[in-house]
Amino acid sequence: MSAIAADRVSKSWATAEGAVLAVDDVSFAFEAATLNVLLGPSGCGKSTTLRLIAGLEAADGGRISIDGRDVTRLPPAARSISMVFQSYALFPHLTVAENILFGLRVRRTGKDECAGRLARVADLLGLKPYLQRKPSQLSGGQQQRVALGRAIIAEAPVCLMDEPLSNLDAQLRAEMRLEIRALQRKLGITMVYVTHDQLEAMSMADRVVLMRSGRIEQNGAPVDLYESPANTFVARFIGTPPMNLLRLESAPGGAVIAGTDGPVLMDGGCAAGMLGVRPEHMQLALGDGVRAVVESVEYLGGDSLVACRIGAQTLAVKTPGSVPLARGDATWIRWSAGAQHYFDPEGLRRSAPARRQGATLFA
Amino acid sequence: MTRTREWIYAWLLLLPAMSLLALFTHYPAIANLWHSFHSTARANHPSVFVGLDNYRSMVEDPIFWQALKNNLWYAVGTIPLSIALALLMAIWVNNRIPGRGILRLAYFTPTILPMIAVANIWLFFYTPQYGLLEQFLGSLGFASHNWLGTRSTALPALMVVAIWKEAGFFMIFYLAALQSISPQLAEAAAIEGASRAYFFRRVTFPLLMPTTLFVLINAVINAFRMVDHVVVMTRGGPDNATELLLYYIYEVGFRFWDSSYAAALTMVLLAILAVVALLQFAFLERRTHYQ
Repeated sequence: MSAIAADRVSKSWATAEGAVLAVDDVSFAFEAATLNVLLGPSGCGKSTTLRLIAGLEAADGGRISIDGRDVTRLPPAARSISMVFQSYALFPHLTVAENILFGLRVRRTGKDECAGRLARVADLLGLKPYLQRKPSQLSGGQQQRVALGRAIIAEAPVCLMDEPLSNLDAQLRAEMRLEIRALQRKLGITMVYVTHDQLEAMSMADRVVLMRSGRIEQNGAPVDLYESPANTFVARFIGTPPMNLLRLESAPGGAVIAGTDGPVLMDGGCAAGMLGVRPEHMQLALGDGVRAVVESVEYLGGDSLVACRIGAQTLAVKTPGSVPLARGDATWIRWSAGAQHYFDPEGLRRSAPARRQGATLFA
Repeated sequence: MTRTREWIYAWLLLLPAMSLLALFTHYPAIANLWHSFHSTARANHPSVFVGLDNYRSMVEDPIFWQALKNNLWYAVGTIPLSIALALLMAIWVNNRIPGRGILRLAYFTPTILPMIAVANIWLFFYTPQYGLLEQFLGSLGFASHNWLGTRSTALPALMVVAIWKEAGFFMIFYLAALQSISPQLAEAAAIEGASRAYFFRRVTFPLLMPTTLFVLINAVINAFRMVDHVVVMTRGGPDNATELLLYYIYEVGFRFWDSSYAAALTMVLLAILAVVALLQFAFLERRTHYQ
């Protein structure tokens, strides 16, 4: 039995131009005590999906269950969930302690019980010195912790997070990422985490649900999304810099990269589709592979990003250290057969076609 | 820019408002105080310094005490009710209900109408025999009653008009304050299972405290400044039952032409308002949350 399940859930908004489907026939199942990320660009319906799970919005159709219990028509308070909001939603006139204890007070939990739980949560999150302060006297990271504290003190089995880190600076975000993940593991919470940041998703998640336009594009472990993207959208969304997608065209011996006269990469049958190779799986080589012209070089310290042109198409190559290349230089690019992804003309992933024997391209 | 030049700019920017305030507010207030220590100039008696004589006669003036008492009842009767009503209306029209724009406008209408016109409309409502209230109560079988002409009902009748008028005005402030409260606070509370009443008591009302303070000060000042309705509807009668402080000052000053005594009365009114404002700032501000 899964901790959270959505079965063909839909939600539309009435707008001036008519109804807009925010969540379109979405189904997924999350295991207990896992961290699940709803990922996607803004407006893809990920936050709406979270709010549907929370009960802050009512689903137009479909069924949502938490711990095997149908909660589709239940109010938020009856769903045994807690939630962290993007803006933290802290009560500005209450102290940190009162904010954290808000839910327990609502449910009239005993004084001793409150004090004990507060002490534990404050310890866990390092909020001890700030308990008597108001939220406005805290830094963004501390406010975030208070919001976390208010969520975990309820000891609800499910915790929902709506872009909880998007208001923090980059360094703090990296720290909080680890902290939230550790907290989730330690407390055994089933977490649903909404973000538009694929790095956050990849580094934290047990399962990633990538959405676009209210639909699920792919649902799987981070490694699945990275290694076998279901379509070109997933391929481009996951990974920085995004995967290179090269149009193919047919040549006498088979399919080649459009705008080049070789080498032949695969059978002619693939010629209508696309070839995808990640920048980090490509290498610059001398006199070996596909000929390319350097467009620009971006030095990042640990690696360099070399933008190249093959025929009429540009692609990026991520290579360690600095490279002694400049705009206009000729170079060769190679990659291994295992790094290749094929997509049909509609952008859907297809199985690898027959390899060409003797292609010098492959390491 | 040097510091001196900054100072010059600051004072230049303050100058226009300062000079107008000094000319029309501060100077008259001080002149009034000066005036209150003198006798009123008559045809053959020029004004002379009389010290506290005006204040002494005030203590012995039963109509002054009546006006003060009336004004206190008027304040106690109108302020809490109009504020509570304003808050209720604001919460209601802050909800996502169809036609709320029209509803907001409807509630605000009493405020934009001229006071004199409003008073005349209500005068008709209260008119004996054929007034609206009389017709309505008559149809229910109640005996005829002269609302504005009876000692016991004249002041309450005026208070109803004030509440009706003030509530819409204060509602606008509450509405603005409510809209500045993030809806996510309500969602966070809903997830914790807080009822609407609990959320109002623990979150909304405390967050509205700055607005309440502001509205309260305005309400007190308005209660002691009220004169238009009295002029149109009762002229202080019957038997001084609706004699309010400012209307009494007007009568003393411009109908009995005792300007020195009116000046002394004005000082009392100013003192009352100053004390009330100071008390409110001192006590309420400490319990008020400012974001």
